[in-house]
Amino acid sequence: MKHIVILGTGTAGTMLANHLFRVIDRTRFDITIVDQYARHYYQPGFLFIPFATYREKDIVKNIKNFIPEKVNSIQEKIEQIQPAANQVLLKNGMKIAYDILVIATGCKTAPHEIEGLAGKGWYDNAFDFYTYEGACALREKLKAWQGGRIAVHIAEMPIKCPVAPLEFAFLADAFMTRRGVRSKTTITYVTPLPGAFTKQNCSVVLGHLLADKNISLVPDFNIARNDPDARQLVSYDGKKVDYDLLVTVPTNKGDDLIARSGLGDELNFVPTNMHTLQAKGHENIFVIGDATDLPSSKAGSVAHFQSEVLAVNILRFIKGEPLLPDFDGHANCFIESGFGKAFLIDFNYDLEPVQGKFPLPFVGPFSLLKETRINHLGKLAFKWIYWNLLLHGHSMPGISTRMSRVGKKIPH
Amino acid sequence: MATKIIAGKQVEVNEDGYLTDPSQWTKEIAAEIARQEGIPVLTDNHWKVLNYLQKEMRETGSLPTSRKLKVTGVMSIKELYELFPEGPLKKAAKIAGLAKPAGCV
Repeated sequence: MKHIVILGTGTAGTMLANHLFRVIDRTRFDITIVDQYARHYYQPGFLFIPFATYREKDIVKNIKNFIPEKVNSIQEKIEQIQPAANQVLLKNGMKIAYDILVIATGCKTAPHEIEGLAGKGWYDNAFDFYTYEGACALREKLKAWQGGRIAVHIAEMPIKCPVAPLEFAFLADAFMTRRGVRSKTTITYVTPLPGAFTKQNCSVVLGHLLADKNISLVPDFNIARNDPDARQLVSYDGKKVDYDLLVTVPTNKGDDLIARSGLGDELNFVPTNMHTLQAKGHENIFVIGDATDLPSSKAGSVAHFQSEVLAVNILRFIKGEPLLPDFDGHANCFIESGFGKAFLIDFNYDLEPVQGKFPLPFVGPFSLLKETRINHLGKLAFKWIYWNLLLHGHSMPGISTRMSRVGKKIPH
Repeated sequence: MATKIIAGKQVEVNEDGYLTDPSQWTKEIAAEIARQEGIPVLTDNHWKVLNYLQKEMRETGSLPTSRKLKVTGVMSIKELYELFPEGPLKKAAKIAGLAKPAGCV
């Protein structure tokens, strides 16, 4: 009996376990999946927690309900991957030998990476919303908000779900307006990138949004430290941003396990072939989701498309056939813009977001790179799709793994 | 997209003046863009950064972050700001003939 071991029961690991379980010859292969946590979060839902749109029951479930019964599931912390011995060491001392290993250990926020961020003032007037705890703490803060200066801040790239901070700024604008405190509130978007919208099409189509919503922009802000006493962010070149409430996306890093195993780059992301998803330098190790160092977005849709490619490539690897370079960087994301509207973007390594209709060319019902109510309903419906289709490894009807160019207005 | 003559060579650039085809880049073009960006002479330290950006782009398909330059010992962030004032990566990428650092939208 050969053994496939998947590390991580997040979005990517769970979807891949389901895919593989359906296609693998189960008389010859056992599948084991390992994670220290039993609770699985619908991470796109974190955005809605601070505004009390979603509650705990919407976004947290026990992962056991999503792993096929005949997949061995182990709940234990992973101590180290030992590629030379083809084995994984668990915290309890157990060793798991593998023939094929899939790393799906994701990434998480590391507020300690920024001087002055994680200590004084943290969860008092400085919050993240990329963790369940941070999102809940921020909800309580916003409940009592009477006005002041809000800074929505990105520490450094890459981050999970790169559009979420922008969505947060838009939703905060709508929330404050609804509560009647918008005129007493300033919102500043602080980014290390040259702008809020850095792709040409997006900046042409969406560039007016910040001004429309009276959100000011501080671009090229490379944070050196947070001063919790002065409630001020300071950049390396001496720029300063004052705040009463800081909503930050701290540095994102791959799991410490990757560092302990000597498999990662400077942010613990695993060097990965950008088209086949094979780990660089390790034939029988594959990487999926946020754990990779790929220039694709760290997003659930990306993990979904990758899981389809990777299930096929693992079968080909078993048969000794060449891997298919089929992952094209495809990502598909809704962007909440507030007041019951949203945008939708669909793009890959080569094509930046453009306008058009989706998923049916020329028909829709969703509009790409355009603010509509239907897109917002799509974003809300996506929670059901995630729990009921995607996590179980089912495809979304009409949406292909490789990005489709049909129905898109592609500039020449 | 437009064509432009830089250092006597015709190249394709985008609306922000970034080269769109890295194969058209030359060291002379780098020196001329640097001058336009307020850097009169490219020193060995400038070149250390430019070469590293080009190597990372070739190997990983994306620009490294300033953290990566710091951690890999290429250059401290403070030095980066001294070499390429006001947005080092943005400026260095332009001089190296690479795309402007970008998010997903």
